Amino acid sequence: MLTFTLRRLLLAIPTLLVISLVIFLLVDLAPGSPMSEIPLTVPPDVRQKMIEALGADQPVFVRYFLWLRQFFWVEPAYVIDHWFGTSLAAGEQRILSWQSRSPVFTIIGQRLPQTLTVIGTAYLVGILIALPIGIYSAYRQYSLFDQGGTLFAMIGFSVPTFFSGTLFIIIFAVWLGWFPTKYDTQLVVNDWESFVKQVKQMALPVMTLGLANAAAISRYMRSSMLDNMTMDYVRTARAKGMSERTVVLKHVLRNSLIPVVTVIALGIPSIFGGAIITENLFGVNGIGAALIGAIRASDLPMVQTLAFIFAVLIVLFNLIADILYGLLDPRIRYD
Amino acid sequence: MKLRTALMGAVAVLGLAPAAFAERGADGEVKLTFPQAVSIMNPYLSGGTKDIYASSMVLEPLAGLDPEGVLIPKLVTEIPTLENGGVSEDRTSITWKLLPDLKWSDGTPVTAEDAVFTWQYCTHPEGGCSQATKFEGVASVEALDASTIKVTFDGPKANPYTAFVSALSPVLQKSQFESCLGAAAPTCTDANNMPIGTGPFMVTGFAVNDTVSLAANPNYRDPAKPAFATAVIKGGGDAEGSARAVMETGEFDYAWNTQIPPDSQAAMAAAGKGQFVVAFGTLVERLETNTTDPDPALPEGERSTAKHPHPILSDIRVRTALSKAIDRSILVEVGYGAGGKPTCNVIPGPEGWASDNDGCIAQDMEGAKALLDEAGWIDTNGDGVRDKDGKKLKLLYQTTVNPIRQDFQALIKDWWTELGVEVELKAIDPGVFFGGDPGSPDTFQKFYADIEMYANNSESPDPESYLGQYQCKNAPTPETQWQGENINRFCNPEYDALYATLATTTDIAERQAIAKKLNDMVTKDSMIVIPLVHRGTLSAHSLALGGVQINAWDTEMWNVADWFRVK
Repeated sequence: MLTFTLRRLLLAIPTLLVISLVIFLLVDLAPGSPMSEIPLTVPPDVRQKMIEALGADQPVFVRYFLWLRQFFWVEPAYVIDHWFGTSLAAGEQRILSWQSRSPVFTIIGQRLPQTLTVIGTAYLVGILIALPIGIYSAYRQYSLFDQGGTLFAMIGFSVPTFFSGTLFIIIFAVWLGWFPTKYDTQLVVNDWESFVKQVKQMALPVMTLGLANAAAISRYMRSSMLDNMTMDYVRTARAKGMSERTVVLKHVLRNSLIPVVTVIALGIPSIFGGAIITENLFGVNGIGAALIGAIRASDLPMVQTLAFIFAVLIVLFNLIADILYGLLDPRIRYD
Repeated sequence: MKLRTALMGAVAVLGLAPAAFAERGADGEVKLTFPQAVSIMNPYLSGGTKDIYASSMVLEPLAGLDPEGVLIPKLVTEIPTLENGGVSEDRTSITWKLLPDLKWSDGTPVTAEDAVFTWQYCTHPEGGCSQATKFEGVASVEALDASTIKVTFDGPKANPYTAFVSALSPVLQKSQFESCLGAAAPTCTDANNMPIGTGPFMVTGFAVNDTVSLAANPNYRDPAKPAFATAVIKGGGDAEGSARAVMETGEFDYAWNTQIPPDSQAAMAAAGKGQFVVAFGTLVERLETNTTDPDPALPEGERSTAKHPHPILSDIRVRTALSKAIDRSILVEVGYGAGGKPTCNVIPGPEGWASDNDGCIAQDMEGAKALLDEAGWIDTNGDGVRDKDGKKLKLLYQTTVNPIRQDFQALIKDWWTELGVEVELKAIDPGVFFGGDPGSPDTFQKFYADIEMYANNSESPDPESYLGQYQCKNAPTPETQWQGENINRFCNPEYDALYATLATTTDIAERQAIAKKLNDMVTKDSMIVIPLVHRGTLSAHSLALGGVQINAWDTEMWNVADWFRVK
């Protein structure tokens, strides 16, 4: 297992380098300019000076290698300096966003907390709703509950979040007035009152995303359970006189969870990636909102860095899913 | 943290201000929301309106503009004029006098050196200053003494109120930005995000593209203001969401730029929690006609250049017919509601500057048809499309991706189809259209189409630089890397000559007369530009927020110091 992990990790390095180059070229070749948000009242020669000041007029490979150096050397150096008080970075230029002139990693640091809290909670809520629905739906296939579960999943699948989100806003914020529509990222939870506030402001985005997440996972759970319910070992267990509870929750469930866990693990990078539409709708202003804002403003360093971090996460969680698979199912061995 | 800042603000106020001044900070927190989040608090490195408006609560210019477009002193004792001797007789210099005892929010005194430094900061060749035009023609800025600033121009300047006037050109603190000159400008993250200013508020926290937290400036020159102890600007989402947060849920006090469809405006206003306010500046949604041939069959480098005049649109009768066929009132009703009015002018305001040209307002379909008949465009084969010499009257009409603009395209296409013109529509991503990339065929400057629609405005009430766009030399060509503001490739020596006299004319009435004439030359006299809608900026404020006076000539937060809580 260790050799397998090491081999995969080593293989990931060239993969990621190629990915980073492809992303860079794609973003660079995409039409659009960092000056597109500047009003027309700013004359062309001033625009040209602004582009020069950003370094956006340099040849693409110069910018790519500069970015590589900043990403793999300067930024880690700043982190090490920050932790150990060394001075490795020696004031070298960090990756700066073209739109805001702030270091990209500072922005990510500001945005990760709310993305992880909101999107992470929504993912967790989705899983907690999905698993029981999936299990019971499979156990009582074609029952009224199963039909209800299918309907719920279909709604979750087919209703886009910009619609369900707006619907929730109108019902719960405008009509009922229970929850706020704009997420306050500066809220610090330090007592009961602020905790209630935090729960309230998370309610709408978590509901919106939780619905979509639960729909997908409940279908995986259900079909995986159905596959296992008809297996021989289930009949054997029943023949041995085990209770239904033990048969379903111990034997069937554990075996059915293997593919579901993989699906859940593979979905984790999307938590870090944020939810572009939902974040924008509720003003969560996490990573997803940052990415879409940067794409709109043709903020190449920001888009490149975020897209690359997502690539790293996806490669990493693919590996984790594979390892988990081996741990959950002793029959699977990689060596 | 908000509670803590609020308490700190309150403590600061109680500690520093004598009892008589207890009003500052008495009204708690004011919450603003912008559909586009604030990226940076330094207007010299941005250009985005969102950033300029947010920073205007902190940084101030020497003088600003009120809702009527009239100059008002901010950091100075009075507006320098020829009469009071502040502007030299030959109009080559202007001298500003700072208010006595003026302090930055950190307590240090504001001096003339700060203004001198600001000039150096923005004119540094490597700085990439987005407001460089504000300092165009400025030969030097000197500190005559600690509180006297003399701006010298490199020639007589008809309008000397450019440098240090309006929120686009505030004064920076020298000691904070000293190490941020030139190439170092973008790297001064702390200074750019939390500039020290003289305004009613100071930045206490800045989350990029998300939230700006502000607190009352303890050293603000009016000890009784601002009424609010803290302020928050939350960004993100869209215009609809921002408007809703003020008008329907009441979570916010003020929402800037709530440009939403007229029916949504009415529905939200009915909730009774807030009101929409609109200010009309000079923003005009217009159709630009291409006077050069964009035919794809032409070799690259000659397409859309003065070498080949446009085969259809070179005829003024065709351009006039296209304008006559449009019902501008319907466009306003569909797209903007209270936030727009029909116009025939490129310069629709302020009052004294706008031409009385309104001949285009009433739709005249029959007149339009007659004009095309007269021009020789007749439907000879009965297919509904006019033709002439075997060539069909067919136009490519492009604009950016935007729901209102697509509605406009559909309506105008209907009218033009009725007129017998075949119209092909095209919508381009705004990032590409306005991006100015010379390699892209879809930028508005390259104009590889017959007609294009967008909005443009003059950044100051005096439209001199704005009118300069239509000079012959400003046409985008392959030689200028397709940069240039004369999108139509309009070229009229009379226009250029009259424009040259504008720069040297100092009498305001004469200037206005010239500006009106120039406006008419590109609109009703030539129909090179077909103005459609005079657009206002629509914002919303809660009924619990008092003192709001929306302003189209300067920042909407120009009087934020006077805002208060209605009790």
